[in-house]
Amino acid sequence: MRTNEIIGWFEDIGLSDRPLVGGKGGSLGELTKAGIAVPRGFVVMTGAFEASIAELERAGPVRSLVEALDPADLDATTGCSRALRARIEAEPLPLHVRDQISAALSALCPEDPLTPVAIRSSATTEDAEDASFAGLQDTYLWVKGAEDAIRFIRSCWASLYSLESITYRRRQNLPEAGVHMAVVVQRMVDARTAGVMFTRSPTTGDRSVITVEGAWGLGSAVVGGEVTPDRWVIGKITGEISTREISDKHIEHLPSPAGGVIEAETPDERRKAPSLSDEELQRLREIGRRVERHYGRPQDIEWAVDRSGEILLLQSRPETVWSSKDAAPVAAPTDNPLSHVMTIFGGRR
Amino acid sequence: MTATNRPTKTFPLPSSITVVPGTENAQSAHPYYMQFSAEDDGKFWFYNSMHFPEPMSHFDMITAEGAYCALGASNTRVHCLPTTLGIDFRTINGRVYIGGNGVSDPDEIARRTEHFTQRAFYYYENWERLYAQWKDKMAALIREAQELPKPELPEFEPLANVHAGLGVASNQRLLDTYQRIIEGYFRMWHHHFEFLLLGYGAYLTFFDFCKKAFPEISDQTIARMVAGIEAEIFRPDEELKRLARSAVELGVHDEFGEGLSAEQILRSLEQRGLSGEAWLKELEISRNPWFNVNVGDGFYHYHRSWNDDLSLPFSALPGYIRRVQNGESLERPTQQLMRERDQLIQDYRELLSTEADRAVYDQMIHLAQRVFPYVEGHKFYCEHWYTNLFFNKIREFGALLAGHGFFPNTEDVFNLTRYELESAITDLMISWSTGAPPRGPSRWPSIVAERKAALQQWAKHDAAPALGPVPDIIEDPAIVMLWGITRENLDAWLRAGHEVDSNEIKGFAASQGVVEGVARVVKSVEEIGRLQQGDILVCHVTNPTWAPIFQKIAAAVSDIGGSMSHAAIVAREYALPAVVGTGTATQKIKDGQRIRVDGGRGVVTILA
Repeated sequence: MRTNEIIGWFEDIGLSDRPLVGGKGGSLGELTKAGIAVPRGFVVMTGAFEASIAELERAGPVRSLVEALDPADLDATTGCSRALRARIEAEPLPLHVRDQISAALSALCPEDPLTPVAIRSSATTEDAEDASFAGLQDTYLWVKGAEDAIRFIRSCWASLYSLESITYRRRQNLPEAGVHMAVVVQRMVDARTAGVMFTRSPTTGDRSVITVEGAWGLGSAVVGGEVTPDRWVIGKITGEISTREISDKHIEHLPSPAGGVIEAETPDERRKAPSLSDEELQRLREIGRRVERHYGRPQDIEWAVDRSGEILLLQSRPETVWSSKDAAPVAAPTDNPLSHVMTIFGGRR
Repeated sequence: MTATNRPTKTFPLPSSITVVPGTENAQSAHPYYMQFSAEDDGKFWFYNSMHFPEPMSHFDMITAEGAYCALGASNTRVHCLPTTLGIDFRTINGRVYIGGNGVSDPDEIARRTEHFTQRAFYYYENWERLYAQWKDKMAALIREAQELPKPELPEFEPLANVHAGLGVASNQRLLDTYQRIIEGYFRMWHHHFEFLLLGYGAYLTFFDFCKKAFPEISDQTIARMVAGIEAEIFRPDEELKRLARSAVELGVHDEFGEGLSAEQILRSLEQRGLSGEAWLKELEISRNPWFNVNVGDGFYHYHRSWNDDLSLPFSALPGYIRRVQNGESLERPTQQLMRERDQLIQDYRELLSTEADRAVYDQMIHLAQRVFPYVEGHKFYCEHWYTNLFFNKIREFGALLAGHGFFPNTEDVFNLTRYELESAITDLMISWSTGAPPRGPSRWPSIVAERKAALQQWAKHDAAPALGPVPDIIEDPAIVMLWGITRENLDAWLRAGHEVDSNEIKGFAASQGVVEGVARVVKSVEEIGRLQQGDILVCHVTNPTWAPIFQKIAAAVSDIGGSMSHAAIVAREYALPAVVGTGTATQKIKDGQRIRVDGGRGVVTILA
């Protein structure tokens, strides 16, 4: 199945397509194109959102209602949000949008229509990626079947009209016409271990190390802070493992047979065992280096190791905390290179 | 808490350290300038256990004299280091305590800085030429020592000397030879320090930059960026590998049975015809000069060289020969090592965030790499080659004096101070000229016995790691560079003894990897033979001559040393995990215990 105005396959898209596929979708496409293993998937592009909103607008106004709101009027905003979310989640989708999504799902999961997928919102604007822009970071894991998938796609769209989102846009006086949402649909990884990795030190900003945090099961337990992950610090270039902190991982997130995710107690024999082998850490390091090279700046990466031991990336975004401090040099070049030795010989350091 | 009301931290004062009972005579035999006195209480001293880990015999104190005389001259007067003068030394109970003389007056630092830039910068700018000249000077010094005559006293002056009209008799040549070897030894130390601090300083400048740019970079990684690939320290071991290859090529490898002594092997090779002869010729090529490495750091007369004791190099040959037979080339892949080093430098450079940083990085690493051949190479010429010649010459005097009844054994000569030895030689000269018996035989035997007993007492006696008030900061770059002593170390030493027992020992992460195995605590070089394949070496300090045993061991742990120490360099070369500079590993780990060495984190764990 080919990419069109509704569906964008990862292998066809990249970061430059952000206005149509969102940041998350663009990043997954970019990783796919760079040859990094990510779970296969597609983006339900902003075209689908636009077509659906256009259909809603025919039944009754949407964007003009929002633009007319006074963000200080909490009651009116709350009422408007409730009403719009209900309409987005309930009114039928345009037929061609529905067909395209169903066809893409069949192409993604040809072996079984109930193959679990993840549905994740993919915002199209920079500030929308900011965690402070609440309500936009929706992720639905282990979704089975086209009907549920479409339902959660619409939930993602609806989150654009949450109270927080609307209030934020009104306060910023952003035009509603520019408000879009793309949604990522990708095959679930049955993760044995999952977690995050920073291609620099979060504590010192050191770019020569990679910090990896991981725990048993799906990554949601780590990202959601529900388990203390194991932590390693690895020399980015040398591969030296300078820190190993193996924690007590009392719970793990596992797929529920009925769809969705359940929290389970970790069996005793695995609780205090390292959730990654040294060999896996080295493979993660290699992947982290490749991704960082591809983007030309340090990255904040979500990864998973599946039951067969394959490492897949779920997300990569630029690291922001330290990057702003990188502009200050450690030392200034001098006309006479020898004068650098005065840092050692010249007195108090 | 402010600086003014912070309680003054102090180690025991020098005046509170007592001479071990029964060794008072041995203590007072050292020259007055090495003895602690009341004024020394105001100053901070630390036990130089890195260079002098065992009690010093009286003659061997010359290594401290020669070294500090030359180090101080270089710092204080030659290169005029801005913030430091020389290093004082004292001895008590056979241990050498040292203390730096810092410069803190800003005006004085400014004045010295002006001198420093005229001198040190000249050295940096002309490094290659001056270093080539240095090698010539060292070669000449070594040649002079080699050409010194063996001290002998014939009954009558040889007729040839008389007919040649020499006009100077054999007894005078004894004194000439003694004074010339002592003078040569002191000169060797001046050569040793001619470049050393400048070399370390340039290296540390780069080190410092890397630590700021990459706060979590390991010391070993920085060391790998700068270290030479074809440094002298690798040569003795390389020569052994060459000899192993040659033994296989010549078909004489079957003579190198495991467990045979060097003498047995040499004897059977001598009877092996042309191929045996050919191998022995190869051995001679290797021996001169590369077997002039001693099995210590060159500070003790009993650290003999491979040339003097072939057992260590020969014990490594069967293992190397087996590997050659298994098809391993044993050649160091120098081209590949160089490519890897350049890649490492390039990879770290790429991580720097600004153009300015990349420019500084280039400037600093360029200088560090230029100076490093000296930093790595000087030890072979100074502490090994020259020092072997020196102690062996003194040994010849020992044999001569023992032959005249001054003391029972040749080695007893090292129980005299260098002044006492000159007096004994003078005594013998007088006796030879007067025809009357020397006075020494009735004087020295009891003194030698007393000194030997004192050395044994001192060895049993733990030395305080430091003495006197703790300085606020360590200003002296020499002390930080050469001994790795920082205020943090001192605080840790002060805390020692108050800590709960732990099965973890921390040190410098010297070479990455994790290994578990049986600890073999090797307290002196004589015990090297106890190491079995797969053991973990636990020792006080290692040096280049230990390299051949690295093929046997699974990991290395040492009390002393930093990331540039020989144990660290060789461990990285052999890709063995190593933790160095633990301070206490040989005390805490018991021989035969199972331990885990994590060379990436610098942690040793006692398992059982």
